[in-house]
Amino acid sequence: MPGLAALLRPLLAALLLAPAVPAAAQPRDSLTIGITQYPATFHPNIESMAAKSYILGFVRRPLTLYGQDWHLACGICETLPTLENGLAVLETTPDGRPGIRVTWRIREGLRWGDGTPVTAEDLRFAWEAGRAFETGFGPAEFYRRAYEFLSAHPREVTLRFDRVTFEYASAGDFQPLPAHLERSIWEADRRAYRSRTRYETDTTNPGLWNGPWRIAAVQPGAGVTLEPNPHWTGPAPAFRRIRVLTVENTPALEAQLLAGQIDMIAGELGLPLEQALALQRRAGNRFQFHFQPGLIYEHIDLNLENPILADRRVRQALILSADRAQIVARLFDNRQPVAHSNVNPLDGVHDPEVRQWPFDPARARALLEEAGWRPGPDGIRRNAAGERLALDFMTTAGNRSREQVQQILAAGWRQVGIEVRIRNEPPRVFFSETLSRRRYGGMAMFAWISSPESVPRSTLHSEEIPTAERNWSGQNYTGFRHPRMDELLERLPETLQRADRLPLWRELQAIYAEELPAIPLWFRADAHIWPLWLEGVRPTGHLNPSSLWAEEWRPRR
Amino acid sequence: MAPAAMIRLLVSRLVQMVLTLAALSFVAFLLIGLMPGDPIAVAIAGDPRLTAEDAARLRALHGLDTPILARYLAWANSVLAGEFGHSRLFARPVADLLWPALASTLVLLGSAVLLAAAAGLALGALAAARPQARGVVDALAILIASAPTFWIGILLILLFAVTLGWLPAGGQSEAGGLDALRFLLLPVATLAIAGLAAWARHAASALAEALAAPWILSARARGASRARVLWAHALPNAAPPLLALAALDVGALVGGALVTETVFARPGMGKLLYDAVMGSDLNLALIALLLIGAVTMAASLAADLAQRALDPRLRDLA
Repeated sequence: MPGLAALLRPLLAALLLAPAVPAAAQPRDSLTIGITQYPATFHPNIESMAAKSYILGFVRRPLTLYGQDWHLACGICETLPTLENGLAVLETTPDGRPGIRVTWRIREGLRWGDGTPVTAEDLRFAWEAGRAFETGFGPAEFYRRAYEFLSAHPREVTLRFDRVTFEYASAGDFQPLPAHLERSIWEADRRAYRSRTRYETDTTNPGLWNGPWRIAAVQPGAGVTLEPNPHWTGPAPAFRRIRVLTVENTPALEAQLLAGQIDMIAGELGLPLEQALALQRRAGNRFQFHFQPGLIYEHIDLNLENPILADRRVRQALILSADRAQIVARLFDNRQPVAHSNVNPLDGVHDPEVRQWPFDPARARALLEEAGWRPGPDGIRRNAAGERLALDFMTTAGNRSREQVQQILAAGWRQVGIEVRIRNEPPRVFFSETLSRRRYGGMAMFAWISSPESVPRSTLHSEEIPTAERNWSGQNYTGFRHPRMDELLERLPETLQRADRLPLWRELQAIYAEELPAIPLWFRADAHIWPLWLEGVRPTGHLNPSSLWAEEWRPRR
Repeated sequence: MAPAAMIRLLVSRLVQMVLTLAALSFVAFLLIGLMPGDPIAVAIAGDPRLTAEDAARLRALHGLDTPILARYLAWANSVLAGEFGHSRLFARPVADLLWPALASTLVLLGSAVLLAAAAGLALGALAAARPQARGVVDALAILIASAPTFWIGILLILLFAVTLGWLPAGGQSEAGGLDALRFLLLPVATLAIAGLAAWARHAASALAEALAAPWILSARARGASRARVLWAHALPNAAPPLLALAALDVGALVGGALVTETVFARPGMGKLLYDAVMGSDLNLALIALLLIGAVTMAASLAADLAQRALDPRLRDLA
């Protein structure tokens, strides 16, 4: 409830001047975590959402994952497949196309919570269910490409793909499903599997989970309780019980933290940065605060079909007259790095030499003059036809932080003669109608989240512009068309050696920074708030949450 | 009230309720169904890996590729057959979600109404019996009526949970029993305080009017004590308008319950309905809305029947 949250936040801040009593001493073998979202499903392969990823991080381990160093690593596999170690082999598909055969071997001793070993049969079932599109798994591209499943050993799986990409070693969402529990349900009625799966009807069944913990209790909409998985063979978890509670209203979440009802707030789904910063000022001595810059890229998409924005000089004038560094300093206490392209500085493929646009209103004015926009009597510029330099500026209504940023940017642009009309919409309408159907006239501020070295094909390739014919899929909302960018986006996935990809990435970032289909703002930081007695939590900043390494979390001795 | 008249009234009101619920379901289905952003559009916007093919497949799977009227008729048929369907948001049968949420909200609402009524009556009686206290009660009522529910809630949290640490700041008890009562206290107090003002002002007016009636003078002349006059003679005569207020209050409190359940992160019907509407969970939203409508109408009917039982002048009205 964003409106209510916005009202409550300042009230809470003002009233918290009263001294808070220290939280009651908590038993150190249990941990209560607050998050702001409840998962729509617990099934690992249906729908992707942050709350589900966070909770499943405790109770499941994927085949492969991105580590805290942002490099691909094994989850439950023994060795990451590479061409060099022979676990990945280039080949030709039966219809004569270049293909690849990739083999993963499951770690020995891995068991489901009911003691059944995790085997290749569990991955075979996941592959079969994913290939049967009526099952209703979300993105089906992986399963379309993986045209054959082979298994020469109970712990070994080989997939044959009809396309070769540098991400061949990543199993992505392809995760083992307990065939001994799920296969019969799926075979009985594939279309109804989504609702009949034990992940929904019998969520506390230990056999569904293969991580250090298992889900022991579920309160729909309110939270889950986790208990150790007795068959886990990795490092023993320190906590006998973990509760993950959902409190959507962030002032209420903060109140529960201060009242000692929850021990920590997960940064992946926690307080907005400005609320966490205010809390740190008031209660910095009671908790550990960690601000983790991540892959959430805040930016402003520019509709390039708008004749004003089709002119690159206007786009460059917009970024030159946006004081992003000042906004980051004032609103976000310099906790979020200013973005100069769509690639995060923490990503190994980031180019530190990419063009960095400074705050330079004088140069912005000069560019606008050059583009034919002259100041009118009211300070707003006009072109030769007398049209005003006016742009619609949209974002998600109720997001206080974005609305503040919007006001500051609009004031800055007005200084150089650009009129901005703010027209915000509720997130659901904004994302699913206005953006995805490209109904925004000028500028749209929002964020993208991606994984490390994620090729931005869906946002920048000219074939990814959403249209009715494409069922509005694709995320090139700006309508960006650039033949060289298309070429790079096609070559990048097929370039298997990282060293060969780096120049392509550099060129991609250079084109992005020069052409500015979007105005880069900053990369958002997650605010993690932990109790003083907890150690070992290592946030990643990307899609794989810190809970995937929760067995390393320990009470401080 | 004669049994035949009572049955006539009940039947006519039940028919009205059914028709109202049918109309409500149709209008709500259309409104929610026509809201921008179906679940697949939301999913496409959030996941770049979903292709045009995936979008078409998922729309068909969710039955979103059929006209809205056909979807309504299919839904209505299922509901009439007792099949409430599945919640897309919580991936569970709707019935499994509704009953615990309804029970939680009814406990919250019931306790809040009782507390608000008791405290409001006490304040109203004070104002009616002692005219010099009327100004204070009125001022208190205006103050409370001006305070938004969420503000009252957050104040109580700050005082009793954050500063004093006596009560939980929100959520629900795992243990049940007395522990559940601790979790209930602040939400109930919030909602009761919010409803208190209306009760106090209405009780003061109704009791003042009753106390001015000739039979009160007669009771006093017979030597009845001040308390007996107030509670045994004036209150029963002031009760019918207060019962009407109680019926109206249930509807208002449902709105208050949404805010209270949100501020206290307490699962209930208000929060469930809000989550369902915001999450495009049409099935859950509709059933939750109808259930809330049915509860409100049932409360109104109960108050109506009680009013007629108490007030002989209403008994012959259809």
